[in-house]
Amino acid sequence: MGDVELAVRCQNLQKRYGDVVAVDGLSFAVRRGECYGLLGPNGAGKTTTIEILEGLLAPDGGDVEVLGRRWASDERELRQRLGVQLQETQFTDKLTVEETLRLFRSFYHRGKTIEQLLALVELESKRHSWVVKLSGGQKQRLSIACALAGDPDLLFLDEPTTGLDPQSRRQLWSVLMRFREAGGTVLITTHYMDEAETLCDRIAIIDHGHVIAEDTPKGLISSLGAPKVVVHEGTLEDVFVSLTGRHLREE
Amino acid sequence: MAAGVRSDTHRPLLELMLARLREFVREPEALFWTFLFPIVMSVAMAIAFPASRGQTVLVGVAPGAESAGLREALAQVNGVVLKEIPSDSQLRALRDGDVHLIVEAGTPPSYRFDPMREESRLARLVVDNALKQAAGRSDPWQAREDLVQIPGSRYVDWLIPGIISLGIMNNSLWSIGFMTVQARMRKLLKRLAASPMRRRDFLLAPILARLVFLGPEVAAPLLFGMIAFGMPIRGGIISIALVTVAGALMFGSLGMLMGSRVRTFEAASGLMNALSVPMWVLSGVFFSASNFPDAIQPLVQGLPLTALVDAMRGVVLEGDSLPSLWRELAVIAAWTILPFAIALKIFRWR
Repeated sequence: MGDVELAVRCQNLQKRYGDVVAVDGLSFAVRRGECYGLLGPNGAGKTTTIEILEGLLAPDGGDVEVLGRRWASDERELRQRLGVQLQETQFTDKLTVEETLRLFRSFYHRGKTIEQLLALVELESKRHSWVVKLSGGQKQRLSIACALAGDPDLLFLDEPTTGLDPQSRRQLWSVLMRFREAGGTVLITTHYMDEAETLCDRIAIIDHGHVIAEDTPKGLISSLGAPKVVVHEGTLEDVFVSLTGRHLREE
Repeated sequence: MAAGVRSDTHRPLLELMLARLREFVREPEALFWTFLFPIVMSVAMAIAFPASRGQTVLVGVAPGAESAGLREALAQVNGVVLKEIPSDSQLRALRDGDVHLIVEAGTPPSYRFDPMREESRLARLVVDNALKQAAGRSDPWQAREDLVQIPGSRYVDWLIPGIISLGIMNNSLWSIGFMTVQARMRKLLKRLAASPMRRRDFLLAPILARLVFLGPEVAAPLLFGMIAFGMPIRGGIISIALVTVAGALMFGSLGMLMGSRVRTFEAASGLMNALSVPMWVLSGVFFSASNFPDAIQPLVQGLPLTALVDAMRGVVLEGDSLPSLWRELAVIAAWTILPFAIALKIFRWR
């Protein structure tokens, strides 16, 4: 049994697709109760990493422990205790919000009631709407509610706010903060600096399949030295540019 | 543990089935085709096998006084429809098939027709016979006719259980195969695989959900056959229902196998056509499978649709008991269990 203080521990993770190396010796650890961010540009290996941690992809090499368990031996138990939101999931168009939640809730031994879930993501007024009628932000909140259906100890989020308008992003952040307040652990990938700064206790900056820096958002920013200009305090974008010579959202 | 929090191990399967059924009934086109297919097929059969027995022949006669006797002699003849055609358009009427035969008055009368046309030769015989009788011919004897029109042994009776089986195959294969591919394209399968859902439940749910609408789907053409054609149903309702359910489970399982790997509708269509089209021909739906050479009979008899068609005809037309159909039922069972096991093994969740 692994370290009970760690929600996620991954060591020297490797994954290649043919000739393309997606993850190249990636290591980090997420403590229980924290929100940990994987920040990096598209193609940095964030999604591959998180899918390995979610037990959806098998790594070519390296070692993964989630909640002190391993996928090979404890998949059944792990699935009950994890919440997962994936990029690009499209729920069934012609099921209602409530029906979709009821379906996902049925997979878990324990968890919240449908009412609690609807309240948590502020979709009470949409409970009888078909999924196809929801806005992008509402769909994403439904996706989070499905991830929270089993009252997970650890929540995996893969670019949860990509493509959302600012108001929808803030709404989603507040859902995640409520989950944190209740003691939940979050591992989130993003390429938005402000999102990482707002939500995360610690951040790993990933490029070309490995971690190039890891610290608190403040620590990363201060590691650049004193803010150069008074009006501009330095952001994670600056950190990224100084580490890689590129902007996060290029490519 | 509070009652509301307790989990029931059957609930995920039930919820998956409900989701499937809701999706189905909220898709008007899917509903339409599922219930339309057997009805369209039945109507097509009604047109192809009209209830009136025998064939009518269309006979053209010139208008006017000199043909009055002819018209009178032919008017009462069974199966003859008389048309008055002026002399100048008679050839054209023959060519277009408006009439099968032209009769010109005279002693003896003369017939104009195309001997290459089946109906025209028939019309000549019928008209010739009627006119000679009218002219006072006495027949040496009248043959006794034994018409083989016994409900249950006509072609249409034989065809209906085949069509029903074909409908079960089509609806199961396509609905389950397409649903699976769609869920894969929408990345919903991946999301479900990340949940604690039992994968077996997901594969089982649409197959079981199919059974809900199976009743009306099979009852409609059976009732149609009974009402429109007087088709006898010799087997018990329970035997027929069990064969129907077995067939739907089998093709559900095969549909799941067809949908287990492919990522596009095109690939799924190709695969399902490759499976089902040969069976339209080989499985004896429209003509007896015994027409095929002995060398390929083991293959023909081992096909899933052949087994279902034979079992269906057995229970509906012969009133066969299920134990006597053990051979067909064994083939059905094998085609249910193996594809399901393989689908579960090779299913692509991404």
